[in-house]
Amino acid sequence: MTQFRIAPPDLPHIPASEITPKEVFLNRRQWLAGAGALTTAAGLLPQPAEAAQVIVPLAAKANPQFKPSDAPTDKKLATTYNNYYEFGTSKSAPANEAASLTVRPWSIEVTGEVAKPRRIDLEELMRLPLEERIYRFRCVEAWSMVVPWIGFEFRHLAALVEPTGKARFVRFTSVARKEEMSGLRTAVPVLDWPYTEGLRLDEAMNPLTLMSVGMYGETLPNQNGAPVRLVVPWKYGFKSAKSIVKIEFLEQQPVSSWTKSAMHEYGFYSNVNPMVDHPRWSQKRERLLPSLFASRETELFNGYTEQVAGLYSGMDLKANF
Amino acid sequence: MSEPLSLSRAARWIDKGLLGPVWLVPVKAAVFVLCLWPLARLGYAGLFDPLALGANPAETIIRSLGDWTIRFLLIGLAISPLRSWTGINHLIAFRRMLGLFAFAYACAHLLAYLAFDRLFQWGEIVQDVIKRPFIAVGFIAFCLLLPLAVTSTRGWVLRLGGARWALLHRLVYPIAFLGVLHDWWLVKRDLTWPLIYAVIVALEMLARVRPVKSFLKQHSPFQQNIAGR
Repeated sequence: MTQFRIAPPDLPHIPASEITPKEVFLNRRQWLAGAGALTTAAGLLPQPAEAAQVIVPLAAKANPQFKPSDAPTDKKLATTYNNYYEFGTSKSAPANEAASLTVRPWSIEVTGEVAKPRRIDLEELMRLPLEERIYRFRCVEAWSMVVPWIGFEFRHLAALVEPTGKARFVRFTSVARKEEMSGLRTAVPVLDWPYTEGLRLDEAMNPLTLMSVGMYGETLPNQNGAPVRLVVPWKYGFKSAKSIVKIEFLEQQPVSSWTKSAMHEYGFYSNVNPMVDHPRWSQKRERLLPSLFASRETELFNGYTEQVAGLYSGMDLKANF
Repeated sequence: MSEPLSLSRAARWIDKGLLGPVWLVPVKAAVFVLCLWPLARLGYAGLFDPLALGANPAETIIRSLGDWTIRFLLIGLAISPLRSWTGINHLIAFRRMLGLFAFAYACAHLLAYLAFDRLFQWGEIVQDVIKRPFIAVGFIAFCLLLPLAVTSTRGWVLRLGGARWALLHRLVYPIAFLGVLHDWWLVKRDLTWPLIYAVIVALEMLARVRPVKSFLKQHSPFQQNIAGR
């Protein structure tokens, strides 16, 4: 198992300009300059940001350690079949509705039990060591995909704010803008907005835990959680919060939106586990989309046992579902 | 059973007025084809173009078949109130067909679930029915549909006698209720469609209550045009 280090010596900090082809890098600048920072001819004042999809090529070196035996899911499927209830509860709603979200400029407020609480701009996050990892993605609804994410390990972000000894949990909060997200405008709120999720600090610091800024060689489409989202591949998909605006390091275990809505259905851990059934879905097998038959055996920790089993040694995974 | 269907026999029936007025035959045929349309579309896409059904074709097929089961049940249940409100008695000619289509879609829905979701693993299926209330409710609704489908023929109406047959077929109300509940409990958060179905079932049940029934009859905007009915 990989040993946990905040700044591993084998991962030197390389300026993005060196690892990214110049053409792509310039392209990246273009969009960083894009929607948010357009200046008016008159006063060179920033114009109000404009809602739009910002999907541009994003180069990152593939990490060969993460390459499941199955080929990545067709990009069109992964970007049109989404659970993102802030844009509606159907699978097709996010792809149709999410262009209304403004994703530039963007920043994440990082607070709580940290030595250096601060707001981190997307531009700074994009300079963290990005790599491409192909992860299995398993939804609690018993379907799965294989997704080539581009992102950086969460621990690199944590290193920027230096969690204190008191920090034991991390809470992630997603964006909630009523005027830009149609699913937030329902008469009865579907969930307790804003969407929040939580991890134990050691789970968050595990090298598998990714903050993703892209997929399929491009920046994230809005419906997949642009501009920056969490990816925790050994847990059910809903743990991987999208479009993150706030990260808090906490002493106490946070309660997520899904747990609040149905505590006996969505536990804090929500690790992929064929032995622990969800009240509505048997988790024994899964359907690797777009296959018709749910013929795949679900793997414990979604197949990432080697990397994460140590986090739960001695724990009753049924009681701590 | 009976002699094989032939055009000449059908023609004889039409002559005798057994199939109702002549215009009813093509209308019934058209409704029949219309009812088959969702199934045909799903079947075609499932076989030749699964991606047209989205990233999760199996889910689309199962859900869509279930939705159409409920819709046919609700349309079938609307026939009687519509008939007494409009006074168009021929509407009754469509009730059995709609009921049998509801049954056909329920069969296809169940079969798709057994095959795609559970790969005919009977042990798992039994577990599913026991553990998951929404599946149990759907299963009970399907079981209740069976005797109605079997006794849908003219022969069974005679055998049971009209009153007993009608009593048995009132089961369609609890079936519709269970069908809507099945949908309601499946949905994770957004209850829009189950709610719409529930309201329709409630209205249809209300329309059966005698005072409501006679009110509808008396206040029909169509009664003047079809005086004498």
